[in-house]
Amino acid sequence: MTTTSQRTEAGAAQDRRNLRADRSAGRQRTATIAAYTVLVVLALIYIYPFLITVATSFKSDAEAVSSPLGLVPQTWTTAAYERLLLRSDFPLWFQNSAIVTLCVTTGRVFINSLAGYALARLQFRGRALVFAGVVAVMAVPGVVLLIPKFLVINQLGIYDSYAGMIIPLLADAAGIFIMKNFFESVPRSVEEAARIDGAGPFRTYWSVVLPMARPALITLVILSFQGSWNELSHFIVASQDPALRTLTKGVAQLASGALSQGSQYPIKLAAAAIMTIPVAVLFFVFQRRIMNVTSGAVKE
Amino acid sequence: MSAPTGATSVTTAPRTTPRGPGIRGREAAAGWLFIAPMLIILGLFLVVPVLMAAWVSVSDWTGRGSPLSSTVGFVGADNFRQLVAGGLPTQDFGTALRNNAWYVLLVVPLQTALSMFLAVMVNRRILRGRGAFRTAFYFPSVTSSVAITVLFLFLFSASGAVNKLVGYLSAEGPNWFADARGVVHIALGAVGLDQAPAALAEHGFLGLSWWAWLAGPSVAMSVFIVMAIFTTSGTFMLLFIAALQAIAGDVEEAAVMDGANGWQRFWFVTLPMLRPTLFTVVTLGLIGCWQVFDQIYTGTQGGPAKTTLTPAYLSYTASFESHQWGRGAAIAFVLFAIIVTMTILQRIVLRERTSVPRRKRFVREDRP
Repeated sequence: MTTTSQRTEAGAAQDRRNLRADRSAGRQRTATIAAYTVLVVLALIYIYPFLITVATSFKSDAEAVSSPLGLVPQTWTTAAYERLLLRSDFPLWFQNSAIVTLCVTTGRVFINSLAGYALARLQFRGRALVFAGVVAVMAVPGVVLLIPKFLVINQLGIYDSYAGMIIPLLADAAGIFIMKNFFESVPRSVEEAARIDGAGPFRTYWSVVLPMARPALITLVILSFQGSWNELSHFIVASQDPALRTLTKGVAQLASGALSQGSQYPIKLAAAAIMTIPVAVLFFVFQRRIMNVTSGAVKE
Repeated sequence: MSAPTGATSVTTAPRTTPRGPGIRGREAAAGWLFIAPMLIILGLFLVVPVLMAAWVSVSDWTGRGSPLSSTVGFVGADNFRQLVAGGLPTQDFGTALRNNAWYVLLVVPLQTALSMFLAVMVNRRILRGRGAFRTAFYFPSVTSSVAITVLFLFLFSASGAVNKLVGYLSAEGPNWFADARGVVHIALGAVGLDQAPAALAEHGFLGLSWWAWLAGPSVAMSVFIVMAIFTTSGTFMLLFIAALQAIAGDVEEAAVMDGANGWQRFWFVTLPMLRPTLFTVVTLGLIGCWQVFDQIYTGTQGGPAKTTLTPAYLSYTASFESHQWGRGAAIAFVLFAIIVTMTILQRIVLRERTSVPRRKRFVREDRP
């Protein structure tokens, strides 16, 4: 606050006001310092566990137990990573997760944007009803559908196959909702121009509307990638073949004792660290976008 | 946003001759074609499953062959009756409900309060580096529940980081994930009440005595409660930030001019305007909290002494491990009913207060 310049040309009343401003500025500064302290402590609590994960993955088993808080290993070792990457199924799990995530993300972006566009723009009988159905579907909690999903996957004969792991994840009501909202916010004139020029609905969608929808598509890619990379329960009910095990399933089994005895934490934490990398990279690349879009991206 | 400026020049040359079977008819066909993939997948993996599960929940299917084959019998409401009639299935179900109810009771208010607190703190206009703070608070939300569970298994192990910290305070931490004692029981024990009063021990509900219902979350479950708050507060913080940014700055200024201090500003100005978001966050929290599965599957498999068993996990084990598919499906339906009921109840409770009193009503402006 520029109190000094004002004081030179002001009378008593001004002085009194300035005094009040000074005092409140002082209070403000204490409040700011307090706020920073609280925030820094909280941020440490949120971030420290992840630093511990990385640090511990480079420790020996014994050191992980004896100094669980230290961020710098006394003796660096990559034994956990060697064991994971060279002498376990971990690379296979990673590969499976990658395959499933890529297919689900691509499929979702296509199917959801297609459906979102139709629901936002194309006039057809029953559109309102279909949309009401999509909203109703959003309300069904996922965990409740675990066993029902298995029943259908089993019945269709796609249990223990990539198809069974990928196809049920392809359509998600929330994604359709996001795309519909986005297309409704785009001015109609461009599509009309394309249509008048003789482009059919699919051509309009593919070469006119979709390129304009980049912001929404990126949102969808982020959500789909994160969702399918971190998915666990669906893969549990859709497959049991070790060859189809994904990272989430594999690491969950690792956690409950496979491949290591109870206290071999470095290998478990190394696995957790590696499986976090892809989503972390995605997060940091699209950070600004994630922080801004979530208001519209969350199911309500 | 990216309103294309060249559009107008194109539209100036309209063609007047209609072609084909009428643009509306073609559009309708295209519309159905566009939503066909979504309809097929949602129908096949959402609507059909629910119908099939409804059938399985009233059948004696054991997991062999197709549940639709003629050898599978109709047993009426038997599977549902097992959940309340007494015996082991009832006790398991009651335990799972008890565990999850305590989980909901603690996680929903705490995560809502914490995420709102974080949002208000991070949203301060003069704050430097708020991007970094937001990133820190949001990061746990993007990582997988499996990775977080593995991390928490380590942090809260008997010789883990948390007990090390507790050790610095010259106290001894419990063996978190192996400790089945209920937190409320521990607290009551500390004041000398370690025997159940007869009235509570003799009567009960769903195979558990009232004393057992009042045990509180076990020490192991408490770790999952902390974990849930840790992982979800970031997401909800973003929702609150979005809402806070929609509150026009001049409203705050007007309150400052009126001489309101920080606390009054929050309580009488900010909070009433956050009510719709508060409502959303509580609803999403309730729905999410009744679905605890991944953490239990990865971490404790229901132990110790079934104190981290949840209905979702019980439904899974009943089906896939005990091959009681009918019971598993029945539990899923009861869980669904619980979630729907809680959501509606919460809607009714909060609705009365959603209208802002005239005095506190302010003009809401979108950001420019």
